Amino acid sequence: MNNITLSHGSGGDATSKLIEEVFRNEFHNEYLDRMEDSSVVPGGKRLALTTDSFVVQPLIYDGGDIGRLSVCGTVNDILMSGAEPKYLTAGFVLEEGLDTGLLKRIVHSMAETAEEAGVRIVAGDTKVIEHKGGKDDNPGLIINTAGVGFLNEKVNVGASLIKEGDAVILSGNIGDHHAAIMKERLSIRNEKIKSDNAPLNEMVRRLFDNGIEVHALRDVTRGGLGTVLNEFSKESGQDIFIIEEKLPVSDAVRDFSALLGLDILYMGNEGKMVCTVAAKDKDKAVDIIRRSKYGEEAEIIGYAESPVTAGEGKLILKTGIGGERIVGPLYGEGLPRIC
Amino acid sequence: MTDKEIVEFLKNYNGPDVSLMEICGSHTAAIVKSGIRSFLSPHIHMVSGPGCPVCVTVTSYIDRLIALSEEPGNVICSFGDLLRVPGSRGTLEEAKARGGDIRMLYSPLDMLEQAAKDSLHNYIFAAVGFETTAPVYAALLENAGKDGISNIKLLTSLKTMPEVVKRIGGRMDGYLLPGHVCTVTGCGLYEPIAADIGTPMVAAGFDAGNILHAVFALVKLRGKGVVKNFYPSVVTVEGNKKALKAMDRFFEAGDASWRGLGMLENSGLYLRREFGDFDAGSSDLTEDRENAGCHCSKVITGEEKSMDCPLFGSICTPSAPKGACMVSREGACFNEFINR
Repeated sequence: MNNITLSHGSGGDATSKLIEEVFRNEFHNEYLDRMEDSSVVPGGKRLALTTDSFVVQPLIYDGGDIGRLSVCGTVNDILMSGAEPKYLTAGFVLEEGLDTGLLKRIVHSMAETAEEAGVRIVAGDTKVIEHKGGKDDNPGLIINTAGVGFLNEKVNVGASLIKEGDAVILSGNIGDHHAAIMKERLSIRNEKIKSDNAPLNEMVRRLFDNGIEVHALRDVTRGGLGTVLNEFSKESGQDIFIIEEKLPVSDAVRDFSALLGLDILYMGNEGKMVCTVAAKDKDKAVDIIRRSKYGEEAEIIGYAESPVTAGEGKLILKTGIGGERIVGPLYGEGLPRIC
Repeated sequence: MTDKEIVEFLKNYNGPDVSLMEICGSHTAAIVKSGIRSFLSPHIHMVSGPGCPVCVTVTSYIDRLIALSEEPGNVICSFGDLLRVPGSRGTLEEAKARGGDIRMLYSPLDMLEQAAKDSLHNYIFAAVGFETTAPVYAALLENAGKDGISNIKLLTSLKTMPEVVKRIGGRMDGYLLPGHVCTVTGCGLYEPIAADIGTPMVAAGFDAGNILHAVFALVKLRGKGVVKNFYPSVVTVEGNKKALKAMDRFFEAGDASWRGLGMLENSGLYLRREFGDFDAGSSDLTEDRENAGCHCSKVITGEEKSMDCPLFGSICTPSAPKGACMVSREGACFNEFINR
């Protein structure tokens, strides 16, 4: 079995072999091993549910791969509701001709990341489709993951709960994943740029375990910090001020984005979150995040303030030279400059 | 003077009103990004100029690109911004959705690799830009010649800066010269223009501090026809000789049509006759049909502010741009809109 063929999606013997050799080998656990049409798992009263599809190209990039990404993406979305992620499902759409060794590597990476994130992959599906790309274009795959998490009765977070005076905390350097993918696509060599895809369980759990009054919590993915904080200001009606000099960005990503004319505020991550906490808890909260895995570069980057016109919140950047500007939502794709 | 002292001066300036034009779209974007306008005294007006290549491209050029994309066997390659600029019958983005093979590239040189692998198609680059980008197109043609790649062409809409600065002339009290363009051409060629119109010009870089010092200098030099170089790390008086030589080998000056401004003598670059085989039909693209009500032409010459255009912000927005100035990330209206 060197390459995936259409028969691997037939539901017959070849499908069973693929499942045995590639998926069960990596994902086995007491629920999945029963191999029923659906898995029966112990539940809780309040559940957090989410789903996400992953179509990233290239499939493997500096710092991660589509497998790790597909687990982190869904795990982090569950975490951002304040829930503890428990179970995932994984759906694979494979293109005919896909190299089985590559698939195994990606599945292994999913299993490793699931273990790190403390989730079990309890159900899955595989389909094979014809490879439609040109002859220079290698067969790829698409992964969908869905996830369930348990929510503590007391936890309640949401952008509408942001209050005047809240501190805005970012868990680390922005733009890393975006730059890593762009670097691969443009064949630019730069060893310092790596994807940050990571599950953020530890920092989120410790914030709640330590009784931090967290109001809003979101991971900074597609659309970047500018997009998330625009959502915060819109949904809360508060002005969100951020201070340019406090924004954590690595030198490598700063230079890379300047070269390509990309705005760091709209560059995506896959292992960073932004939260607002009650002002009284801000120093403790940033300290907790900094001591957690993947949170070493966390910073308090701004604060919420009631706007002059009630309800009409904006995102405002205080610039390095002492100016201010409104940061609007992202329009179109982040395109490169012409001159 | 320190940055802080300059900020204080520009905040509290109480002299005669000064209108300063930043010619280059990258400066417009940098000025908005740095928040400089938020503290400038009401007596200092920053005006965005015609230095965004997308904003000055005429509609017939977009129309020709779309027509070329509809001919079988053609692959159109372009920078991203151009894809959303409206021509008289839609955008390249729409032509792409209808099935045209239109590819967004980061560098014209990437087209060579694609063309070399695929000799059955004609690869046409949408060669827009100023003196900054022209040497890159020259390099593209040079490499194509070296590697014997013959299935590439350029549809050019290349423009040069000095003539349009002369055209706007003394209506401004100072010019922030385009840093990237000056890197290639040098800033010396603006000295006679500055002297002639009695207006100061400063070549500046793109970080906030550099722009701040340049604006301060322009206010202080008001009424003096001099050129200053505040970007000496890359800008010289005479320019980049190698780039100028490469440009001169492939291109010659000619009259060009600017969106909203009409024909300006000697303000364009065209492929020389001996390289005509590389030209996808660039010489007669002069017609320009602005959307009804669109005031792009007045905005890029400093006659009006974006807000004065009746379409601004209501009918014309970044999501549904009617004029080129709202499309480009470096366009005057786009930057005005996102910073409202």
